[in-house]
Amino acid sequence: MSSMYQQFLQSIVPIAPEAILVTFALTVLVLDFFVDKENKNILGWFSLLGIAGAAFATYQMMDAHLMFFAGTFSLDPFSAFFKFIFYIACGLGILVSINYLKAEDINRGEYYALMLLATTGMMLMASAGDLIALYLGLELMALSIYILAGFMRRDNRSNEAAIKYLLLGAFSSGIMLYGMSLLYGLTGTTNLAGILSFLRAADLTNPMVFLAMIMLVVSFGFKVAAVPFHMWVPDVYEGAPTPVTAFMSAGPKVAGFAVLLRVFLYALEPLHVHTTAIIAGLAVLTMAVGNIMALSQTNIKRMLAYSSIAHAGYALVGLAAGGPEGAASVMLYVCIYALMNMGAFGVVIMLRKAGERGEEITDYAGLGKTNKTAAFLMLIFMFSLTGIPPLAGFMGKFFIFKSAVEAGLTWLAVAGVVFSSISAYFYLRVVMVMYMSEPKATIELTTSPSLALALAISATAVIVIGVYPTDLLNFARASIIGIL
Amino acid sequence: MIELNLSQLGFPLLSLMVFLPVLGAFLLLFIRNAAIARLVALAFSIVELGLCLPLLMNFDGSTHHMQFGESMAWISAWNINYRIGVDGISVLFVALTALLTVISIMVSWTAIQDRVKEFMMAMLFLEAAIIGVFVSLDLFLFYIFWEAMLIPMYLLIGIWGGPNRLYAAIKFFLYTLVGSVLMLIAIIAVYFAAGRTFDVLAIMNYKFTYTFQLWAFAAFFMAFAVKVPMFPVHTWLPDAHVEAPTAGSIILAGILIKMGAYGFLRFSLPFFPDATIAWTPAIMTLSVIAIIYGAYMAFAQTDFKKLIAYSSVSHMGFVTLGIFAMNLQGMEGGILQMLNHGVSTGALFLAVGVIYERTHTRLIADYGGIAAKVPVYATFLLIITLSSIGLPGTNGFIGEFTVLLGAFLHYKPYAVIGSLGIILGAGYMLWLYQRIAFGKITNPHNEHLADMNVREVVAALPLVALVFIVGFYPNAAFGVMHASVANLIAHVNAKVQSAPAVAQTLNTLIGN
Repeated sequence: MSSMYQQFLQSIVPIAPEAILVTFALTVLVLDFFVDKENKNILGWFSLLGIAGAAFATYQMMDAHLMFFAGTFSLDPFSAFFKFIFYIACGLGILVSINYLKAEDINRGEYYALMLLATTGMMLMASAGDLIALYLGLELMALSIYILAGFMRRDNRSNEAAIKYLLLGAFSSGIMLYGMSLLYGLTGTTNLAGILSFLRAADLTNPMVFLAMIMLVVSFGFKVAAVPFHMWVPDVYEGAPTPVTAFMSAGPKVAGFAVLLRVFLYALEPLHVHTTAIIAGLAVLTMAVGNIMALSQTNIKRMLAYSSIAHAGYALVGLAAGGPEGAASVMLYVCIYALMNMGAFGVVIMLRKAGERGEEITDYAGLGKTNKTAAFLMLIFMFSLTGIPPLAGFMGKFFIFKSAVEAGLTWLAVAGVVFSSISAYFYLRVVMVMYMSEPKATIELTTSPSLALALAISATAVIVIGVYPTDLLNFARASIIGIL
Repeated sequence: MIELNLSQLGFPLLSLMVFLPVLGAFLLLFIRNAAIARLVALAFSIVELGLCLPLLMNFDGSTHHMQFGESMAWISAWNINYRIGVDGISVLFVALTALLTVISIMVSWTAIQDRVKEFMMAMLFLEAAIIGVFVSLDLFLFYIFWEAMLIPMYLLIGIWGGPNRLYAAIKFFLYTLVGSVLMLIAIIAVYFAAGRTFDVLAIMNYKFTYTFQLWAFAAFFMAFAVKVPMFPVHTWLPDAHVEAPTAGSIILAGILIKMGAYGFLRFSLPFFPDATIAWTPAIMTLSVIAIIYGAYMAFAQTDFKKLIAYSSVSHMGFVTLGIFAMNLQGMEGGILQMLNHGVSTGALFLAVGVIYERTHTRLIADYGGIAAKVPVYATFLLIITLSSIGLPGTNGFIGEFTVLLGAFLHYKPYAVIGSLGIILGAGYMLWLYQRIAFGKITNPHNEHLADMNVREVVAALPLVALVFIVGFYPNAAFGVMHASVANLIAHVNAKVQSAPAVAQTLNTLIGN
């Protein structure tokens, strides 16, 4: 009996962070019955405690480099790096939600439980050493987020967002499974390491290999919102509750890149020459469509939706570059992107007030006079998203373009910087409206300590990483060693 | 071979100069009162100017090595270092920046009433970024400062500018950004080609292949040409100059556009000498076009500020003409002309600001005959006008003369066409002065015009003094830059792989 118990303990240690989050999620669901409607905030803070616990567990195991559960779960610095991003995204997501849920009258405990479960799914994706485990993590994440997107049950746009996301998401999952089954049929294994060793020895002219690869590109492209698989993004981002949009633009996208890196740069590494060409093409398309479509948006959530498409394009440039440097540049980029994007959405949430949503860019008119702090924070996030130094966004882009040049993809880097200059126009339009137009009406901001804390964290991180990226950069580079 | 000599003072003077304004801007965050914000900003800018004293006094003009050097690891994974230092070229611009910032803050004293604190913060950030550009000896660090400067400048034009400020601000931002990002790619390419280093002094000694040089030079050229601005990418300048507040115009015309020409001197020429030789005819031609075209456009302007803006295009044509003449006379003349232009155009924008604050019009037609009402102002404007024309005894004469001398030695037709620009310059500037100051008062609003007050005179005096100091004793500036410029030319000529006949003749010239 005691030996079984010990076995159980030993096997739970590697998945301790995930286990902690699931435990907290279930506890939140139970506690929900005992907490009355006015005090659901407590559940939010309780969930944050869970994230802190999971982060501590990950920190303790950060240097481990082991496989568990028959090669389906890998505990390595690579996954640890991504897990920290998920903790930050989820933590900030909960912080910006706490007041919002009350204001929108959707103050329910399930919300926090779903956030934690979605995060668990992302963590499983980052750690997956097997296609099936990967798929399970992805579905756990996706299903939780479908519900979160439709959390404002009485709002048509929120319902539309959920349905749209669910239908297209299910479709892309289907394509993914089809691609995975083809890979399994070819290689006889769903294990990533097994696929790699098979492909290394295999004849790569088999068209089925490419069919499988293209199906995986399509389905992961959907998850990270690469063009032409981006159609769902503007509507879903606009319709979903803003904190969910913030979380969605950071978490699942980053998780998608974790998987892209592991699958394309590790398991399908022998196909790299071919994947590079396809991914470089996708990157150019994504940067072009994202940035150009963002130019004409009047709704800030739609603008940020197209902006997040464009940023996926920059990260794809790093993926196309490949190699340890390319992978590290993607990791640094998605981390920085998550921070600055969550920050920008935090300010959007601030402008929301009962009745009016404050989602039109013109609603920001004169914010620089009426609320200097909010406007200044938005200014920092907008310049960082544009990629102007000394803010973090610049460091991220620099690393991406540097690895592209190093990989001989100078033309791709040039395309990247050209589209990135186009983006200056729509980001600066927000700054212009805030500082250079007169206020239309008195803007009442919904502030709360939790929202302020979230904004303070992301703004500080954007500035600090912008001035001193060294430690984060070294972390990203070190965590890729031995993986690729 | 240029070495980085560590700071001879025993403390990091240059770092202090870069970060003191940042500290000032940070302190301003906590100040609510506009009057105190002005005082704090002025105090910080004056201390910054004071720091120029030990800098200039301890500067050794006899060596071409980098002085006051500091070096520290920053992003070791990419071999990026915080590496700064000055030579005879950059030290002058650091001093000019500190001086013009003080003057800009003084002229904004009453002109800026809206969001004073934010304005002063933007000014101090701008100063820090510009000084950072001039002292950086690491390409990455340089690019950080180069781009960071866009943020405060964009806000200065966009928030405190004239009626058409939004258009001007975004145009300024996009033009410079598009130019700069291509340079970023070239910087990365240089980094890999030169063996993973951003160290400017190390890259100077690296010989790039000819094809690489042509491409990289073109990418750097995009960034610097937009900033200078050279014809035909000058169109942002009239808009930005006209719409910017007085302080913004002074900084923009006085220092910002010098950064482009400085970039040619510090990076393009020593990194890519073969490409420089190859591109020289095209650049010289663009320069003389800018000289004539800018002057021609200046004649047609009805707006005081726009006229000065176009005159800047013309004057900067002289600067690039001198630099790419690739001889001692031309280059030293070009650098001096940059300083002169900073002084005289800064002073001209100050003059516009002073009068605009009283009349709220920049149309030349709204003035006329004001010399009788505002004698001090008229005298000040006259001195600056003459300096801008290049009258002997003023700084402008020395600069233009040496530039033309250099151009003449390089290729005579350029000098001939360039000298036409001087005649045109005298034409539009004197005509401007005549329309504003002489004759009878045509506009009744000007009957009770108040003359310059003490604050404005104090702000203007250093510039007037510099006009005459450089005019009568140009060696004050030449002496500082001479060793560095001579070394730069020798360096370029030594590095040219197919040493053409022109370069050899130049070598003998420098030997003299």
